[in-house]
Amino acid sequence: MTSVYRTKDGGRIQRGKPLRFTFDGRALQGVEGDTLASALLANGIHLVGRSFKYHRPRGILSAGADEPNALVGVRRDAARYTPNLRATQVELYDGLEAESQNRWPSLALDTGALNGLISPFIPAGFYYKTFMWPRKAWDSLYEPFIRAAAGLGRAPTQADPDRYLNRYAHCDVLIAGAGPAGLSAALTAARSGARVILCDEQSEFGGSLLAETSATIEGLPAQVWLQEAIAELAGNPRVVLLPRTTAFGYFAHNLIGLNQRVTDHLAVPSAEQPRERLWQVRAKEVILCAGALERPLVFPGNDRPGILLADSARTYLNRYGVRPGKRVVIITAHDGAYRAALDLHAAGVEIAAIADVRATADGPAPQAARQAGLPIRLRTTITGTRGGLRVEGVSLAAMDGGPSQSVACDAVLMSGGFTPSVHLFSQSRGKLDWDPAAQSFVPGRSAERERSAGASRGLFGLAEVLADGAAAGADAVAAAGLTPPAPRRLEASGIDLGTDGFLGALPGAGAPGAKAFVDWQNDVTAKDLLLATREGFRSIEHIKRYTTTGMATDQGKTSNMNALGVVSEALGTPIPAVGLTTFRMPYTPVTFGSLAATSRGVLFDPVRTTPIHDWAAAQGAVFEDVGLWKRARYFPRGGEDMDAAVARECLAVRSGVGVFDATTLGKIEVVGPDAAKFMNRLYVNAWTKLAPGRSRYGVLLRDDGFIFDDGVVGRVAEDRFHVTTTTGGAPRVLAMMEDYLQTEWPDLNVWLTSTTEQWAVIAVQGPQARQVLEGLVEGIDLSAEALPHMSLTEGKICGVPTRLFRMSFTGELGFEVNVPTSHGRAVWEAIWAAGQPHGMVAYGTETMHVLRAEKGYIIVGQETDGTVTPDDAGLSWAIGRTKADYVGKRSLAREAMNAPDRKQLVGLYTQNPSVVIEEGSQVVADARQQIPMRPIGHVSSSYMSATLGRSIALALVSGGRARMGQTLFVPTADGEVAVTVTSPVFYDQEGVRVNA
Amino acid sequence: MLLITCPYCGPRPELEFAYGGQAHIARPQQPADLNDDAWAEHLYMRDNAKGAHAERWRHTHGCARFFNAVRDTGSDRILATYETGTPRPAAGDLVGGAA
Amino acid sequence: MQKFSAFSLLREGLSGQRGWQAQWRSPEPKRAYDAVIIGGGGHGLGAAYYLAKEHGLTNIAVLEKGWIGGGNTGRNTTIIRSNYLFQESSTLYDHAMKLWENLSQSLNYNVMFSQRGVLMLAHTVHDVQVFKRHVHANRVNGVDNEWLTPEEAKDFCPPLNIEPGMRYPVLGGALQRRGGTARHDAVAWGYARAADALGVDIIQNCEVTGIRRDASGAVNGVETTRGPISTRKIGVSAAGHTSVVMGMAGVRLPLESYPLQALVSEPIKPVFPCVVMSNTIHAYISQSDKGELVIGAGTDIYTSYTQRGGLHVNAHTLDAICELFPQFRRMRMLRNWGGIVDVTPDRSPIIAKTPVPGLYVNCGWGTGGFKATPGAAHLLAWTMAKDEPHPINAPFTIERFRDGYLIDEAAAAAVAH
Repeated sequence: MTSVYRTKDGGRIQRGKPLRFTFDGRALQGVEGDTLASALLANGIHLVGRSFKYHRPRGILSAGADEPNALVGVRRDAARYTPNLRATQVELYDGLEAESQNRWPSLALDTGALNGLISPFIPAGFYYKTFMWPRKAWDSLYEPFIRAAAGLGRAPTQADPDRYLNRYAHCDVLIAGAGPAGLSAALTAARSGARVILCDEQSEFGGSLLAETSATIEGLPAQVWLQEAIAELAGNPRVVLLPRTTAFGYFAHNLIGLNQRVTDHLAVPSAEQPRERLWQVRAKEVILCAGALERPLVFPGNDRPGILLADSARTYLNRYGVRPGKRVVIITAHDGAYRAALDLHAAGVEIAAIADVRATADGPAPQAARQAGLPIRLRTTITGTRGGLRVEGVSLAAMDGGPSQSVACDAVLMSGGFTPSVHLFSQSRGKLDWDPAAQSFVPGRSAERERSAGASRGLFGLAEVLADGAAAGADAVAAAGLTPPAPRRLEASGIDLGTDGFLGALPGAGAPGAKAFVDWQNDVTAKDLLLATREGFRSIEHIKRYTTTGMATDQGKTSNMNALGVVSEALGTPIPAVGLTTFRMPYTPVTFGSLAATSRGVLFDPVRTTPIHDWAAAQGAVFEDVGLWKRARYFPRGGEDMDAAVARECLAVRSGVGVFDATTLGKIEVVGPDAAKFMNRLYVNAWTKLAPGRSRYGVLLRDDGFIFDDGVVGRVAEDRFHVTTTTGGAPRVLAMMEDYLQTEWPDLNVWLTSTTEQWAVIAVQGPQARQVLEGLVEGIDLSAEALPHMSLTEGKICGVPTRLFRMSFTGELGFEVNVPTSHGRAVWEAIWAAGQPHGMVAYGTETMHVLRAEKGYIIVGQETDGTVTPDDAGLSWAIGRTKADYVGKRSLAREAMNAPDRKQLVGLYTQNPSVVIEEGSQVVADARQQIPMRPIGHVSSSYMSATLGRSIALALVSGGRARMGQTLFVPTADGEVAVTVTSPVFYDQEGVRVNA
Repeated sequence: MLLITCPYCGPRPELEFAYGGQAHIARPQQPADLNDDAWAEHLYMRDNAKGAHAERWRHTHGCARFFNAVRDTGSDRILATYETGTPRPAAGDLVGGAA
Repeated sequence: MQKFSAFSLLREGLSGQRGWQAQWRSPEPKRAYDAVIIGGGGHGLGAAYYLAKEHGLTNIAVLEKGWIGGGNTGRNTTIIRSNYLFQESSTLYDHAMKLWENLSQSLNYNVMFSQRGVLMLAHTVHDVQVFKRHVHANRVNGVDNEWLTPEEAKDFCPPLNIEPGMRYPVLGGALQRRGGTARHDAVAWGYARAADALGVDIIQNCEVTGIRRDASGAVNGVETTRGPISTRKIGVSAAGHTSVVMGMAGVRLPLESYPLQALVSEPIKPVFPCVVMSNTIHAYISQSDKGELVIGAGTDIYTSYTQRGGLHVNAHTLDAICELFPQFRRMRMLRNWGGIVDVTPDRSPIIAKTPVPGLYVNCGWGTGGFKATPGAAHLLAWTMAKDEPHPINAPFTIERFRDGYLIDEAAAAAVAH
């Protein structure tokens, strides 16, 4: 490596394994172990993006998940483009292509930066105050302009070919975060025999230890101890280690969502592996070891490229072997920056100044810095920075004012202290406490079975953190019902950095012309927050929404606490009283595909097919989706369209015979001594007197009186009913039956069994239906005398057992042959063969719909819509009049159910017989009225009837049965259609044919 | 996704269950004897309690049986589950005592 | 009220934006008001505004237990449409639509009402029938709604996948061009600012703990965490908490409160020009002015006041989004949240007088409350001021459940056969 920014040795990178990559088309080189961010820095590149609003040039701010600036699009191929990735989290691989975002024409020369010139006029919330006139201009001018300016990356343009998987898991202890606390907790838990899952968002376990150069644990260098700890855990079969796995959500009852990135770091992902895997882990106990996030400092010009967090700079140096610059200025309110300064100093970086906003800095790190001769200035802040695409210098001044001094530099490191990462704890609905000494929110009362350890609860010393992790591990193991090992104290040496920090804005942030950023990505300055408070916004939730602070893709990880500090000071209200915005899942963004997992394409929803499905498909049937089922809709021949096919199918059934796959109808076997009593209580019909061997059309209401389902019910035996339901209604009818049986009438001795999947149902319909079946049945007399309409019998067909119904949903002589599903296809084919001499057709749901409409038979869900009573649908005849009660009966007595203007089922003839009205059309009495018209009904079914040689329609019309012969109108987009009200039974009104 | 303890099968994920609304609402023996207000109360009016709420669940994809639960609707914590037909547990018998 | 305009922004820009006043005051509650609204969401604040503006009732207060707009107003997916099936419903929602169309100008607050069009997808033959019925019903009622073929739907929304091989292919869609979205927070703030300017006291962090009634049974005040307040008129507009508040007056309602979740993606450049809804496979999506894809999930199956739901509910919604828009599969969920929706048995709202004199209620909006905001507010104000409903909300009573005059929008979409 020739880069002056890459150190010669040290860190966890492999200098001997160079990786090529491009950034905005520029060919660059990094090494294995780099992130995109570290590789860019190694090439001296800080400028990586443009901000949301002012398009200010922005550099890499952090080294992790909190990065607000370094958002890039990564392109693997045309279909694999991912926008808005944090360069700090993108692992470098050979051939990686990355591009910057939100700039035009280029990152260095971005015309959007002109927004900066008008920034005095576009403060927070400016869009609420303007763009209102002229009214029409919002849609055509202002909004398109705002939208084009907003957004960051580009959406992918092609369907994502990658796979995503989902896994459910259980464990005794889930540990989120594998830094020193998490590792210590995991070791303790694993040693007690617990089933442990340990996850960490980074590519490697270790957290802060990965950037550790001097600390020791158990007498070992920290990184050696880390290696041994990981080895021990990896060797334990009860431990699952998940690097590159973010615990992104904490859900009710200790369900944790993990997002594992499996292949994004690979140059050539294996086709065998999913890109990501969603884990849904139900943990007995959870330990949150999410660490802490370093806070930036809010000073004027704090956003120039080259200005980054001090601890992140230390991570770049110690973990990735990258120097952030050659000459740096440090501004801090925390001792950690001194440690960073010392490490950088040792690596040959010139420390131009350490400005400490505090009055004193006497901890071990500042002491060491003093001994090393680093230039420290206490009570000093930065009042401005210089530079265009890279910081070139800063102005330092005393905290209490006075003249400023210019210091040249090519990088600025800042530290406002550390904020415990309480996101998951807060998501779990645990209560946060305010620690006034540490100026931090820390986990308080738990809502779930969890505990936090280490920096995520405000502990920072290495020995303390390790001990806390071990204690949390022991606590979790005990709570999970296992015996924790004897406590063992880990000896550790680490420098004590204290818990100092600074919240809010430094002096000068409010000065005229100053831009001191609180939220980098959304360009929210301290002044914006002050403006919001002046405008009366007091709740932090309001201020967040008004200024958009904390609402960028980092969700306020770097900005929330400083925003609180600014607001608290402006309102003179203590921070806990200002409130903390709610932490919402996910902790960091989660790929949609990962959540959708395998639910895509044919696996999006289960597909239910009947045993006749493949036959129908081979015949060229066109299918429709009904619930989960695929149903044959029609069987076109020789280029027929649907209308032609349906006309042919209809005529064939009326004149000869047709066969229809009715397997999808729901079937429930109601069995037991109290079966008839149960049916009586549930259905509107009277069942007591229905003889075994006979069937009846049953109507089921909800208890609110509206039609819920219908179907033919056969009484197979005194104690056994074969109930059929609509295709879509089967599960809810059974659920309703179970509900009443189990919870209202547990005294009834009845068993309910879904038999939908047990029976294939083959409807054979038409005048010649009997002849077709005669030769196939054994021991069954199909004559009208032995098997009249609405009866059933059991016997054999084609050698297999059948429950054979004489019934008709076409108005023709008809049978429904129920056979065991496994025989469905064979029996169907036998019937088909037997039918050929009779000109048998196979028909689908569309023909079924026409045929039944010609007879005025309703379809639940088409003629009914949840607002239709039996009387509305012309089904009063089905009601068992003498029954004291049935489900829905009481509701039918309510006022509205008996109103004279209720919509009733009628037939409609268009006065022009060739016009087919569109289903769903409205019916009006007076076609000349102005809009809004008063509709008196709607068309529920409408077809061209080949049988009748004209169109027919079913409609629900107010007071319809009293309107027979009246002329009404159907308004359409092209004018009204005159219709005549008629009986809903269009064909064979006497019902002769079904009894043939 | 809640973790619900079916009284017959033990703890199972919510996906196995159907929710059945407020518990302990018995269908009147003689609905015809009720006036419209009383019938509407039975059909439609619900406590919709914020706090301890007795409710019905059915282990649809398990034993298929209905049972009742007391759940704190302010936290979704399940305080008790018990068989249909048995009375709602007293506050002191709930998980963690009174809800 | 300090006028908002490009000019005022310019003027303030020259003086460092220092001259802006508070958009609304934060007054101490008075001892008594002529009317009190419980619930400082868009509906409640809007009701106060219309009471003051159109009915001259200015000595009124809005009591909000948290911060205004912090409930469902600030937690929804901001979809606005009025193409409901039944005439009562479409008239109600279109009343709101007409107010939306001039709301920014009326309030002098840009609520960013964007008539981008709402496209409701049909995936089955049954869906087609149902949506065509909507189209026809809306047309005769003067509410715009038109049927699009799959190809027309794709023209209108280019990212849409209309491959016939999909598990649930797109068979067409009903498009309401006047439908769209608005900026939810701005609605609450705009109403608050305008109401405040008319003298309305907006009192935040003030939870109502009791409703007082006199010997005749009529209301005569509320107890709050900031002291008792006397009033003879109370309008309850508390969304998910309506049952809790109305319980204080002994009024039972046919409501159940469910968690409803939504989520947004990371912001991207404009890619999605409209609102697309699919009831059949549970997906609602639009793109905000900020660039985020805003996606609505379904309710959880159980009642809850926790303002959160299950991960599987979000996952199920994203299943559908990724099927309809497979190029979004690599997009990432940035933020998820939950609201509490109060649902009636017929999925239609209640805006009505109650059995208690002086007590009025606006509730039961279920998943559809935001779109109705100006309409609901306007009608609640009318009903409170006149002590009788406006003809538009006259059908939306509590008594309809007793008498059977349900307005069942949900059942009308039920799938069967």
